[in-house]
Amino acid sequence: MTEAGREAPSPALPAHPRRDAVLPVRQRRVGWFPRHSILPGFGLSLGITLLVLSIIVLLPLAAMMGDATSLGWSGFTKLLASPRVQGAFRVSLVCSLLAAVTSAIFGLLIAWVLVRTRFPGRRLADAMVDLPFALPTAVAGIALSTLYAPNGWLGALLAPLGIHVAYTVAGVYVALTFVGLPFVVRSVQPVLQDLEAEQEEAATTLGANPLQIFRRVLLPAILPSLCSGFAMAFARALGEYGSVIFISSNRPMQSEIVPLLIVNRLEEFDFNGAAAIGTLMLVLSFCVLLGITLLQRLTLSPRHA
Amino acid sequence: MRDRAASPHQGGWTIALIAVALLFMTLFLLLPLVTVFAQAFASGIPAYLAGIADPNALSAIRLTLLVAAVTLVVNVIFGLAASWCLARFAFPGRSLILTVLDLPFSVSPVVAGLMLVLLYGRQGWFGQWLETHDLRIIFALPGMIIATIFVTLPFVARELIPLMQEQGAEEEEAAILLGASGWQTFLRVTLPKLRWGLLYGVLLSNARAMGEFGAVSVVSGNILGLTDTMPLHIRAMYDDYNIVAAFAVASLLACLALLTLVAKTILERRFLGAQREARIA
Amino acid sequence: MPAHVAIQGVSRRFGDYTALHDVTLEIAPGELVAVLGPSGSGKTTLLRIVAGLEMPDRGQVLINGEDNVMRPPRERGVGFVFQHFALFRHMTVFENIAFGLRVRPRAERPSRADINKRVKELLDLVQLSWLEKRYPAELSGGQRQRVALARALAIEPRLLLLDEPFGALDAKVRKELGQWLRELHHGVAVTGVLVTHDQEEALELSDRIVLMSQGRVEQVGTPNEVYTRPRNPFVFEFLGETSHIPCRLLAGALATAGGAQTAQNGVAAAVADGESTLFVRPHDLGLRADPSGPATIRHITPSGPWARVEFLLEGRSLYAALPLDSIAGSGLTPGGTAMPLPRRGVLFADGRGTMDEPLHWAVS
Repeated sequence: MTEAGREAPSPALPAHPRRDAVLPVRQRRVGWFPRHSILPGFGLSLGITLLVLSIIVLLPLAAMMGDATSLGWSGFTKLLASPRVQGAFRVSLVCSLLAAVTSAIFGLLIAWVLVRTRFPGRRLADAMVDLPFALPTAVAGIALSTLYAPNGWLGALLAPLGIHVAYTVAGVYVALTFVGLPFVVRSVQPVLQDLEAEQEEAATTLGANPLQIFRRVLLPAILPSLCSGFAMAFARALGEYGSVIFISSNRPMQSEIVPLLIVNRLEEFDFNGAAAIGTLMLVLSFCVLLGITLLQRLTLSPRHA
Repeated sequence: MRDRAASPHQGGWTIALIAVALLFMTLFLLLPLVTVFAQAFASGIPAYLAGIADPNALSAIRLTLLVAAVTLVVNVIFGLAASWCLARFAFPGRSLILTVLDLPFSVSPVVAGLMLVLLYGRQGWFGQWLETHDLRIIFALPGMIIATIFVTLPFVARELIPLMQEQGAEEEEAAILLGASGWQTFLRVTLPKLRWGLLYGVLLSNARAMGEFGAVSVVSGNILGLTDTMPLHIRAMYDDYNIVAAFAVASLLACLALLTLVAKTILERRFLGAQREARIA
Repeated sequence: MPAHVAIQGVSRRFGDYTALHDVTLEIAPGELVAVLGPSGSGKTTLLRIVAGLEMPDRGQVLINGEDNVMRPPRERGVGFVFQHFALFRHMTVFENIAFGLRVRPRAERPSRADINKRVKELLDLVQLSWLEKRYPAELSGGQRQRVALARALAIEPRLLLLDEPFGALDAKVRKELGQWLRELHHGVAVTGVLVTHDQEEALELSDRIVLMSQGRVEQVGTPNEVYTRPRNPFVFEFLGETSHIPCRLLAGALATAGGAQTAQNGVAAAVADGESTLFVRPHDLGLRADPSGPATIRHITPSGPWARVEFLLEGRSLYAALPLDSIAGSGLTPGGTAMPLPRRGVLFADGRGTMDEPLHWAVS
């Protein structure tokens, strides 16, 4: 019954979600190593974990960083000074940023619509949001490229307006928006769900109009999650390769993205150059990752707890 | 039943917002998907079937299944081991391992492939040693498998760690006090509790494994009919202007994506909904 | 000026579930009315319809004579206090209270200094001046409740609606805040509607009580009226603990088990002869130790100043509340027998109380 749910006693202001809590169940530790637990398998499971992580992640990571340093500081600055490298970083950063902004705006709208409104097909739409996660990037790439080609369904509509998406830098932006969208929706959605509709109702009984409710009540509450969704979309866009190369003309200085530049360096057997650019990308995505962590800490600050 | 989350008044501007959201989703999500199938069948069913029945396409499908199968086995073993030691025990370096575990999600697939080339390639650290032992990793199947494992490694572990944490260790402790051995406890108590989470993780990593393009293309060497997975085959066909063949194979991957979405939605609603909600609230 | 509210023929369904069925109710300016009923009785839905958070399927809500059904909630000037307070988590106490003033259209918005002054006054009113810089998460439940109230009062509402305002608080805080709210209501010129499922709260705080059950209004009256003259068994049972004493009516006389008592007036005329049930409050029921009495005592449990005496009467398990002091010399012991002596009770014509005026019966 409707009222039963409303009147069930529950904590007044639930603690803010801690989506990514990774605390161990119990601290069973004396000194540095786990005290004898009656649970077995610590050594074996840790061994497997470290072995796989080393072969797959850690050693390759070390190899790349090692190769990058062998280039030396002067080699590194020379590489960075090259117009083609600068051009690729400019294309990647600008397109990723614009795509992440677009994803943030429309992702927020889609999340709000999915949480707060009811319409036929809502569940289908909800499931569709994850399509960019599930659809292989190469498939998305050829589909977007065909769609926005001058003779494609959307390209043919845009061509008379003088807008060319496929085989230009605009195509890079479209592909990166596609891959970034679900990150925003999926990070805003749970927070919005957790924010009782009562907050919006309270604001409306106090006389706030929809715009004021959005700016003063909704936005401040979901800003941390929106920012972290934005950061994830941005990080993903920076590294994206598969969906971009099909729709972009891949022209150096114009629409060549950094991952493609790395591939080109590899094909020219410039391993050190590729390693240096790769390391730079890694540092960049670490900065974004750090930003996400800081934002999540902001979300969990005491005032929101 | 009234849905508590919904706004009571669905006025004109609400409907306008729904319309804008759906229009955006149609343009950016639905149309690309529809395009895949429309293009695949653009020249009729025989052309579609011919695209798939092509020997190179068939060998790409076989290779993709093989790579995905090996990847899943490694992911499941790794995921269970990692979640067991990370969720059940506190030890120094635990948070460092968690950070490294997240790395594949934040690294560009191309950079992932690059790392593997630099380690296992001919000029790489292990290049000499591998060559003297006549082992080939880069531009061969092992490299493609390692690259796929790299990009999918966190999926299963990331799903299991929080699940195991919230379930607690009491049941395992009870089993051991009742005289079960370590393996018996694992097989009879732990694994059944984790099965839906495990399936969820496997589902996600399978979708990614079969569709991975960037990392695999760097390490594969693109040898037609030998080291082409389905996404690489799609690229080869597309670059050859064999559009129907490219989209025919792409449509198989799109079906896989749709199946994954359906299975994921069912799993989330049926089995993981309560747990995930509990974790969020 | 406090609002006059007239709710006329309001109905609301959610799918197959009827939340409100043809509810009509009038609330005088300045009154504090409690809407009392069990979970699912529709009382919160009624409150949300008055606030404009919900639309009725049928009926009108007149505030000072104007129909408000189509008016958006933000233009109604109605203060609403939510069950779980719905404070804005990212705003301080001060900002929460100032919100309603800050969002006014520029032409009507008070100056910054006026807003400051008004919020300070409200903080004084709810006695929370020292907490103005805190965030909601840093407050206790009672403090949040008072902030929610101050926030609702900031817009100077003509009508203040409170949805289970003390439901999320523990018993002691609930009592204190209740008294405080009553005094506050006297000091502020506002019409108040309070939704609650706690009959004590309703009886203590309100000027009038509206009893609801399954989407219908069962009775409206002052606390004294509904308590002493309940219209039907539902009202009687909802307002307090009840012992059902089997009785017999014969030619205008009422006889409870074990002893005949004569009704005060009109029993024969209104209620047909035969078996009936007398509804009695446990503290209106005495017991006298009697070896040939019809009641068998099962347990005697002290509870504060009262002793709860459970007994069996004609197969029914009933209980009486006797002053604890009176037990010692009374001869009542578990296992012993006794004579039940109801001092006051109500007879309803049939199970659902179709009579307009049930019979009140008392020993003179």
